[in-house]
This record gives sequence, C-alpha cells and structure tokens, in this order.
Amino acid sequence: MQGMSLIVKTVTRLVAGFIVLFGAYIVLYGHLTPGGGFTGGVILAGGLALVVLAFGEDYARNVLTHSWARVGDTMGALLFLLVAVLGFVGGVFFTNFLPVGAVGRLVSAGTIPVSNLAIGIKVGAGLFGVFVALAVFRRTAAGGQEPGQSIEPDA
Amino acid sequence: MTLAMLPFILAFLLLVVGLYAIVAKRNLIKIIVGILVLDYAANLLLVLMGYRTPPAGGAPVAPILTGGAHEADALAATAVDPIPQALVLTSIVIGLSVTALVVALAIRLYEKYGTFDTNLMRNLKG
Amino acid sequence: MDPILWILLALLAFMLVGALIAIETRDLLSSVICVGAIGFGTSLIFLLLGAPDLAVTQVVVEILVLVVLVRVVITRRDEAVTTSRSTLPVGVVLLALGVMAAVVFATIADGEADQDLRLRPFGQPRLTQIVDATLLAPAGRPELAPAGATAPASVGGAFLQDGLLQDEASRGSGAANYVMGILLDYRAYDTLGEATVIFVAVVGAYAVLRKVGRSHHAGNESDR
Repeated sequence: MQGMSLIVKTVTRLVAGFIVLFGAYIVLYGHLTPGGGFTGGVILAGGLALVVLAFGEDYARNVLTHSWARVGDTMGALLFLLVAVLGFVGGVFFTNFLPVGAVGRLVSAGTIPVSNLAIGIKVGAGLFGVFVALAVFRRTAAGGQEPGQSIEPDA
Repeated sequence: MTLAMLPFILAFLLLVVGLYAIVAKRNLIKIIVGILVLDYAANLLLVLMGYRTPPAGGAPVAPILTGGAHEADALAATAVDPIPQALVLTSIVIGLSVTALVVALAIRLYEKYGTFDTNLMRNLKG
Repeated sequence: MDPILWILLALLAFMLVGALIAIETRDLLSSVICVGAIGFGTSLIFLLLGAPDLAVTQVVVEILVLVVLVRVVITRRDEAVTTSRSTLPVGVVLLALGVMAAVVFATIADGEADQDLRLRPFGQPRLTQIVDATLLAPAGRPELAPAGATAPASVGGAFLQDGLLQDEASRGSGAANYVMGILLDYRAYDTLGEATVIFVAVVGAYAVLRKVGRSHHAGNESDR
C-alpha cells in the first residue's frame, strides 16, 4: 500500500515525535497521574502506526520493521518477569522491594515505575506489530488461490 | 425496581444485544461487531458497579491523590471504588488484542473462500 | 447525583440505539462507524463516573480498533448477503429473553441492607460498614466508644483506607494513583496473567497471518 499525500506526510513529520513523547510521559508518570503502562503503550502503538500509515509499506519493511516489534514485545515481557523474580530479594514473588520514598515524587513507589516501563514497551511493540501485520500488508481481494504478501522477510 | 437500577438494566440490555449479534447473524463482520459490543457492555457493567455518589452534589472523585499524603483520609471517604477500574483497564487492552486476532482470522477466511458469509463457507469445503 | 444520572441514562440509550443500528444495517462500513460511536460513548461514561485512566485508554483503543476494522472492510465490500431465511424470530426471542432477564435481575438484585450479598443500588457500593463502636473502646470503659465508627467491608474499601500507609505492619504501595498501585503492587500477579493474554493473542495473530507452512494447491486444506 502506498503512503498518503504530501500534506499528511508533512504533518506526520511534525507531529509523530510529540505523540511518542506524550506516550512516554504517560508511561513514566503512571503512578502519579491518570495513565500507566497500558494506556501509554497503546498511545505509543498509535503514534508508530500513524507513521507507518502515512509513509507506506516500504517504510514498514525497511525502517520500522516487524522484527523490531517482536524484539520489543519479548524484551518488555522479560523485563516484567525480571522485576517479578527479583521480588524474591524482598521475600516472596513480586514483592515491591525498592524503597517507597515520598508520595508524589517521580522516583517513588518502589518497583512500580519499572513495571510501568516494561508493560509500556511490551504493549506498544506488540500492538504495533499486530497492526502492521493486519493493516499494512495487502491481501488479495478475493478467491485465495495465490498467496498474499506475508510478514516473513522475502530473503 | 427503583430508578437507581436503571443504568444496570441498560448495560445488561447492551450485553444481550451483543449476544444476539453473535448468535443470529450470518456475516462475519457482524459477528465481530457483536463481540466488540459484548466486550464494551461487560466493561461498562463493571465500572457502573463501582461508582460512589459524590457528597453534596459535587463532581465524582477519582481515586487519584493529587494533594499529597495528608489528604489520603479525605480521599478514602469520598472516592470511587478503585478495584473495578483496575480490572477494566487491562480488559480494554485485552479486548483490542482479541479483536486483532479475530480480524486476522476473518482476513484468512476471506482469502480462502472469497466471502464473509458463514453459510456459504459451510457449503464450500475448501 | 441527579444531573449525572440523567446524562448517564441519555448516553446509555444513545449507545443502545447505536448498537442496534450497527447490527441491523446492511452496509458494513456504516456498522463499523457505529461501533466507533459506541466506543466513544463508553469513554464519555467512564469520564462521568470518575475513571480518567479508563477514559483515555478507551479513546485510544477505540481509534486503533476503528482503523483496523475500516482497513478490513473497505476493500472487501461484501454486499451479496441476501437473507434467504429471515433472522427475525431468533432476534425477537432473544430480545424478549433479554428484557425478561433484565427485569428479573433488577427486582431480585436490589440489596439495601448492610449485610446483604445482592447487588447494591447505583451509586452506593459496599466499601465500609458500621462496626459496633463499643468494640473499639478501651477495655472496661464503654462510654469512651467513638461514635459512628466504620471499618472497611471489601477489598476496595481496605485499599482506599490504608493502601498508602507505610509502617512495619503494612507496607503500602506509595503510588498516588491508586489504580496503578492496585494493578502493579497489590494485584501484580493478575497483571502478569493479563500481559500473558495479550502476548498470546498477538502471537496467535502472527501465526494466523503467516505464510510459512501454507500450501495453496487446490484441494489441500490442511496446514502443517
């Protein structure tokens, strides 16, 4: 599928950085203001999906590839599990073992910011990968006798 | 049956409408729409059960501490129940993932049979 | 409470009408757009009920769902669905059952008393209960009992009351956003399960859309 018109591409160049920054802000400040890992992750996926939709399929095959999405997904899940297993330092599985600190500051509430970061990366990369696989790679219109394009690399 | 139960009844009716779409429709996209409506209705019912009316006609108080740790007791007396919100937050994102999976299945079925109609799919064996 | 209740009922009625239109209309694109209207109505209701996290999440998720559905529908307009048999009797029966079930649900589920286990009326969740104040008095001096003492009666009430505390007895979460404190400290194991569900759904979507292992020869329907 091709990209969109010049107006959309120019606006996307200006706006996409702000969307990703906003998503990162909601992920990092999740324990103080409304938001958190899930909300920020979906916003990140939406911003990256905007870039891929505006610049077309070639961009999705060369720059923001599907393998990056898979790597991000698994790294986020492993980081979350690492936080869970490291809870054994405090006694049991998933203990909040870092110091709690003063309520309302950015560095507070123990392991909650780290968990937020892990969930944000995981949800963002996973949903972006699914979106690219579903909506960008074109399927054949009818019938089904010839295979459509797939998400595997052509090499 | 007081007026206070009416939101629950309407959310429950939305759930039944979603169920009707899954059971009685032939087009695959209509079945996916039914799954989505069912998901939204279930989330809505959970959040409706956790609402606490604000005191003296103010705005509903969200369970977020904005003033500092000394305001925690005042928040505990007026805030909305936070447990249904925690359950529904992940449920919304799971609804999106399950929709993506079902749409992937629909794309594959369209590729194989050329139509979205489930009755024709049953007759065409591959 | 009254203006909020009326706005809430108006939004719920709008969503019901939108759902019925989305299901009954012939044009697939119109039904997808009506689903978008239902989603935004849900987000407004979340905002009215004091749940800002959910409102933001619902709006962004709704946008992504709309984009995916429109992308699927717009190149494959399947308008040749002619109903040879009418689906109306099934629909009428289901709707009648739904109305009856809703009426039954409303009449038997109205629990007002404090110890009742049925559904509470809208706006009064069971978060605290009145305890016998004489139990809280110092030993032997029942006249010093505090008046109107309440204790938490459910998990939500317990978390609201001392979810933030930090002393040697109960180590609180310390998060100012109570919902995140529940999700990532109090009930972190549930969040691990839900992250697993999202992971499995995403991997399932990849597995369905893969090309490796599929053969498209005529007559071959099994994949390896």
